Amino acid sequence: MSRAVFLLGTFAAALAVLAFLVLPVVAIFTHVAPGTLVSQLSNPVVVDALVVSAKTTVYAQALVLALGTPAAYLLATRRFRGRALVVTAVELPLVLPPAVAGIGLLVAFGRMGVLHTSIPFTQTAVVLAVAFVSGPLYVRAAIAAFEAVDPQLVDAARTLGAGPARRFFRVALPLARNGLLAGEALAFARGLGEFGATIMFAGSLQRVTQTLPLAIYAEFDVDFDVTLAISGLLVVVSAVLLIALKLAASWTLSPQTSARRFAPSTSS
Amino acid sequence: MDALTADIRTPLRAFDLELSLAVRGTVALVGPSGAGKSTVLRAIAGLLRPAAGRIALGGDVWFDARTWRRPEERPVGMLFQQYALFPHLTVRGNVAFGARGGSVDRLLEQLGIAHLADALPSTLSGGEQQRVALARALAREPRVLLLDEPLSALDAHTRSTIRSELREVLRSAGLPALVVTHDFEDAAALADVVGVVVDGRVRQLASPEELVARPADAFVGALTGANLLRGTATAGTGTTTLLLDGGGTVFSTDAVEGAAAAVVYPWDVTLARATPDDSAQNHLAAEVASVTRLGNRVRVAVGPLTAEVTAESADRLGVREGERLVATWKATATRLVAL
Repeated sequence: MSRAVFLLGTFAAALAVLAFLVLPVVAIFTHVAPGTLVSQLSNPVVVDALVVSAKTTVYAQALVLALGTPAAYLLATRRFRGRALVVTAVELPLVLPPAVAGIGLLVAFGRMGVLHTSIPFTQTAVVLAVAFVSGPLYVRAAIAAFEAVDPQLVDAARTLGAGPARRFFRVALPLARNGLLAGEALAFARGLGEFGATIMFAGSLQRVTQTLPLAIYAEFDVDFDVTLAISGLLVVVSAVLLIALKLAASWTLSPQTSARRFAPSTSS
Repeated sequence: MDALTADIRTPLRAFDLELSLAVRGTVALVGPSGAGKSTVLRAIAGLLRPAAGRIALGGDVWFDARTWRRPEERPVGMLFQQYALFPHLTVRGNVAFGARGGSVDRLLEQLGIAHLADALPSTLSGGEQQRVALARALAREPRVLLLDEPLSALDAHTRSTIRSELREVLRSAGLPALVVTHDFEDAAALADVVGVVVDGRVRQLASPEELVARPADAFVGALTGANLLRGTATAGTGTTTLLLDGGGTVFSTDAVEGAAAAVVYPWDVTLARATPDDSAQNHLAAEVASVTRLGNRVRVAVGPLTAEVTAESADRLGVREGERLVATWKATATRLVAL
């Protein structure tokens, strides 16, 4: 194959990939006039869904952070028999089809389920579904972030009299911060888009369990402009999140590495 | 000052570490990397639990068959090899991390880093980082100091300055201090007693002068290469004159001023019955204090200096203890280090 043909081929492939990925996103904003899109944002369906999504996301992510952070710290810093199995179990929801996750939650928390609760089809169910699906993304990133903390810094803290709580709050947590934030951003985005598990476990009741993605589906046959408006809103939120993540990664002075690489010379 | 006693037995990858030490004043462990030196420090700090043994400060037992004190409960000040400064805290934040009482400002002042109080460690030079790490360790008001290769992360120029500072700090702290280094010169400059560690065992424990003059075996001989002659240096044109503490004068081509030590390698020193008429500037006449054979080589201690000559030469010269000999070496073979 000649050089020109090869270069042309790769160039064409790159162009095709870019067009394929960008076109659907752009089409959401060009299908109807921008004015129509903005005016639909005040539609009660959209407003209700926005409120449900905002509320459930805050609760779900608070749950993910509050429980996921210490769990990840434990898994990152302790070596015990069966650790690999535990980590795999934590990661399983990542590869599970969302509908399967929804069914699982239903038979676990349903009236006839293992725990006999009345949670299904309430807002709590939305929170649990979102936490179930997005939490593992955060925990996985958090384990990696805590594992990347230089163990010698933790040793240094110990010789300076720091007990386990102080080592966690004063050393591990601040040093893992960037990794934790990146993981939480991914979990947040995944949770915001959650559809399959939520519709199975929480249903799609306006003002109660109908989140933005569920509203898109509900309005699909009713008012297509509304689905476009919500889709546009989610594109903007996702894009802002992604850009913020990239900027945060390039701006921070990366306090994750220890001072060692700035020493003039090293030997061991 | 309570003595730190450590009796440590623990398996390492290639051999067992078996070591007994009593630390009063400053003791240095010197040896090749992988000899188990750092393991000793980690065991004393409590970062590693030995298989067996006993670690105590005076009558206060930190580790034995029934006792285990966590590192955070042991009054040690540890200086890590790469300093392990907290990168997210300022210099003041680092020093204050484990501080007791209001000693932070005094230590920043004492170590000459007060002007860096608000800087982050990543903006500091190697020497400055070392001072911060030292201040941080001292701020805890420890009763034992542990220093892991305190000078190895520094470039040659900074190293000699920091070495003399460190010596001063160790002396004024008045604590049992254990220094681990692979460099005999550093060990000899910092410590009163030096232990040579090979394969997890102390081959020889003695003063630096004793190690150079009478190494227990060829390995110790090779490792503890240099003579160290302390004195006061005055830089002249071309050569520096070192007035030895014990009397006598040594010339060197290195420019140093004030308290210093001449480093002379035994194999650079030749021996004769009378002062030779040669190009070498340094001649030292003294009685032979000891003669130590290391295979085909012989270490001969002449006054404060040790020469290493071949067994043949020693025999030809008929070197015997108590005889008067002249040691000769060149000014260009005389390194001066500031103390």
